[in-house]
Amino acid sequence: MAGARPAYPVLTLLPGLEIAFRVEPLGALFAALASLLWLLNTVYSIGYMRGNREQNQTRFYVLFAVALSATIGIAFASNLLTLFLFYEVLTLSTYPLVAHKGDAKSVASARVYLGVLLATSIGLLLPAIVWTWRTAGTLDFTPGGILDGHVGGLATGLLLAFYVFGTGKAALMPVHRWLPAAMVAPTPVSALLHAVAVVKAGVFVVTKVIIYIFGIDFLRTQGSADWLLYAAGFTMVAASVVALRQENLKRLLAYSTVAQLSYVTLAAALFRPVSETGAALHIASHGLGKITLFFAAGSIYTAARKTEISQLDGIGRRMPWTCAAFAVGALAMIGLPPTAGFVSKWQILVGSLQSGQHFAVLVIILSTAITSAYFMPILHRVWFRSEPTGPRVDCREAPLPIVLALTTTALLTVAFFFVHPPILEFAWQMFSTNARP
Amino acid sequence: MWPEQLPALAVAVPLACAPVAALLRTGLPAWTVATVASVASFAFAVLLAGSVGGLDELSYAVGSWPVPYGIELRITSFSALLLLIITGASSAALLAGRHSLETEVAAPRHPFFYAAWLLVLGGLIGIVVSGDAFNIFVFMEVSSLATYILVAGGSNPRALPAVFKYLVMGTIGATFYLIGVGLIYMMTGTLNLADMGTRIHDVADLKPILAAVGFVTIGLILKAGLFPLHVWLPNTYAWSPHIVTAFIAACSAKVSLYVLLRFDFMVFQGSLVDHQLQFSGFLMPLAVLAILVASGVAMAEGNLKRLLAYSSVAQIGYVVLGASLMTASGLTAGIIHMFNHALAKGAMFLAVAGIAIRITSLRLEDLAGIGRLMPWSTAAFMLAALSLIGIPGTAGFVSKWYLISAALDAGTVGVALVVVIVASSLMTVAYIWRIAETMYFRAPLDNAAGVRDAPPWMLGVLWVVALANVWFGLLPGIPLVLSADAAATLLGHLP
Amino acid sequence: MKLFGLYNYWVFALLLMIGLYAVIAKPNLVKKLLGLSIFQSAVFLLYISMAKVEGGTAAIIQHTAEPQIFSNPLPHVLILTAIVVGVSTVALGLAIVVRIREEYGTIEENEIQARDRDR
Repeated sequence: MAGARPAYPVLTLLPGLEIAFRVEPLGALFAALASLLWLLNTVYSIGYMRGNREQNQTRFYVLFAVALSATIGIAFASNLLTLFLFYEVLTLSTYPLVAHKGDAKSVASARVYLGVLLATSIGLLLPAIVWTWRTAGTLDFTPGGILDGHVGGLATGLLLAFYVFGTGKAALMPVHRWLPAAMVAPTPVSALLHAVAVVKAGVFVVTKVIIYIFGIDFLRTQGSADWLLYAAGFTMVAASVVALRQENLKRLLAYSTVAQLSYVTLAAALFRPVSETGAALHIASHGLGKITLFFAAGSIYTAARKTEISQLDGIGRRMPWTCAAFAVGALAMIGLPPTAGFVSKWQILVGSLQSGQHFAVLVIILSTAITSAYFMPILHRVWFRSEPTGPRVDCREAPLPIVLALTTTALLTVAFFFVHPPILEFAWQMFSTNARP
Repeated sequence: MWPEQLPALAVAVPLACAPVAALLRTGLPAWTVATVASVASFAFAVLLAGSVGGLDELSYAVGSWPVPYGIELRITSFSALLLLIITGASSAALLAGRHSLETEVAAPRHPFFYAAWLLVLGGLIGIVVSGDAFNIFVFMEVSSLATYILVAGGSNPRALPAVFKYLVMGTIGATFYLIGVGLIYMMTGTLNLADMGTRIHDVADLKPILAAVGFVTIGLILKAGLFPLHVWLPNTYAWSPHIVTAFIAACSAKVSLYVLLRFDFMVFQGSLVDHQLQFSGFLMPLAVLAILVASGVAMAEGNLKRLLAYSSVAQIGYVVLGASLMTASGLTAGIIHMFNHALAKGAMFLAVAGIAIRITSLRLEDLAGIGRLMPWSTAAFMLAALSLIGIPGTAGFVSKWYLISAALDAGTVGVALVVVIVASSLMTVAYIWRIAETMYFRAPLDNAAGVRDAPPWMLGVLWVVALANVWFGLLPGIPLVLSADAAATLLGHLP
Repeated sequence: MKLFGLYNYWVFALLLMIGLYAVIAKPNLVKKLLGLSIFQSAVFLLYISMAKVEGGTAAIIQHTAEPQIFSNPLPHVLILTAIVVGVSTVALGLAIVVRIREEYGTIEENEIQARDRDR
């Protein structure tokens, strides 16, 4: 894979526009992450779906596979049109998964989910793509971008806004509403799709558009694109504050995801190679950490039927594996070594210092502080509080497939910290076919 | 020898088979005759589409009387595309529709019903292939009169007031067209469209010609159901026999739009001063209103077929919007949308016909939970609905892409138009999802227990049409080339 | 004087308007059809008027010595077709009115609408 970028055109949709695939570092990293976690998630799902006696299991697994294929399609798309195609397939195939339970609450939430994602993609992303096509005459992802010299002034900022808010999956405020709504889905869906595949597809699109459509050198010269940094910074802090106030464990994780996604957007919005690399790494490291957290939340639900944070007193002693994995995930979210979160956050921080953006440094520190403020009390509650007195619920560790899956992802989260240099080298190839000088 | 006769054969075969069908005693042989004739015309249409290419026009002198004195049949890429739509819609509806028709039309009337169907088919084909203004009027009336019979032929009494309104408004529209043609004949002395286009140059901008422009345009948009002259359309589509809706919703309004575009570009655009501005200045606001108002009404409508009918009114607006941009990309967008919308709406109404075999009421609340009872019909319906919304990978996306792209070329107005297109796409999502939630996430009604899916044969045809939406979404080559050539042909008449 | 000389066309316009008025304003379906028929007849008059050539006669070729002037025969033929169309339209319309009367028991438009609302 030494710098080679194999390409596979599939079919021509419109003159000059084809459905085509091309492997490049950012996409390869994303695809590898999604497929690896999909395997683990399948193991987990078997335990979860059987343990909770969910209905329509066949439909569930089929749509899951379709969603994963769409994610891989997004990762390897060689132009915006192909990417858009799989983006919409991903939205539509995950809609029935969100509405899986079929009761009034999940149907209503699924409506929010679909409404926000379709409305933003048709309303903003599609016009942005057509706009790009009209001005640049191509939609191919090209190193260095394709828009330099075709747009300028305020139009650049506007087009960037169309792309960023049109990609509802990136959950930049105010288009983040669908993510907490999607938490009504069964936990494996939340874990893989709403911590890895769907949301990462969102920030992946944003990063990819910034690097390969606009080009970071071009955007750095455009003052009208600076707003993105502030919007991402605001979302990081605001979503963290909202997470602080959540009672339901999965909703807390959802808002934490909103904040963490904005790390990626913020990193991408610094328009520096080192920060873009940080964005790529954060896509991977947050994916590993967050899926561990969701696995743990689902494990607690399956074994002990608990969903609220206040119910978790002392559960660490009953479910040691689950809660240890949860702790690893939480450390990754905060960004402490030796977890994956540290590596990517470090990279982003270096990027912000290099670009002299004190605002970025400030919000990273602030949001890290708030993240510790909502995860540390949970860890304390789980490990150090005594169990509530009263009718004793006799619960043990969750079924074996679940424990197996969450232990593996926790180990991966730690392993990432130690083996990250080659991955970092690989991500650097986004900017040159050779390794970093 | 015989390939030269294709244009005439395409009209003659259905018209000649109509009396044969009427003379048969029972439904099955009549259905066979009608289906064979329809599929044969489809084959002729495919051959014709293959033989016209680029800006070529195929001219056929009826009875070997020299043009422009005799009647001329004239096939362009535009006609070929419309022929594919008409014959394809008719064949699919006939192939799928026998069971559906048996539930709605009394058995002794079946032969007459199929005869009327063939007259509609022959009339519509005649309009499309004819190059003669009066001939177009005659075929228009042949197809309209037969359509009234089809619409009123079902068992629903509400179809009768609807068809009466349709008859009155349709006749007014056709008569307006006839007045316009008469005025032009008075000034130019010819009825051949191409000949009119050259001769009108000397008399352009005289008052009778200007009046004729008005009569022809209003008459044809009345027949096409463009807002605000669409009032006949929703009830007609809603109360017709289901299989008739699948046929006429896919093609009849589009044929009137075809005549409007062809007439206007061949005859008026080349000679009249400021006509281009007037044409787009008049039609564009109507198109925008059609798109927004009809989508809004569809969002509140409670009967599935009426909802889809209002959606059709909005989609007619898309076609006119594309055409009113007066550019190659705009016309291509409008014309390819005729094809793509026919695919999507045809499949949706076929699915409705399948559902209606098992469930009589088509009010949305009575369709609760049928996603579980009739999985194949509803899945095909949803697939076509995605195409209607314009999800990438389906045919609807291709037209939406071209439309947005053409609008962006039009400067400041274009940005406003993009907003309109996007807003109406979102409205489409809203009304489609109201249907989807009813079908999939509500519990089935008690009296619907034990309902089975539509007959397998019908499902087969339905799925062929539904999958065609995906096929032409991923490989839009054929309709795209035809539409682009059609647009170029039309624009070729400009000075 | 010239205005008066074109009186055929004035009658055409008048008949057209009378017909259209009846179609729009009369609630009775049969009267609507009558209006529609008048409306179509007006167009026949338009075509026939334009065919007239001053001093012209019917277009039947006679082998006489002096050259003859004929009225234009083409519009007559066209209108023959249009009359057939008109007759069929009215016949079909009346048939529908009969069916409406059977189903609704009335041929007044407002009463039909009221019944449809009740359903």
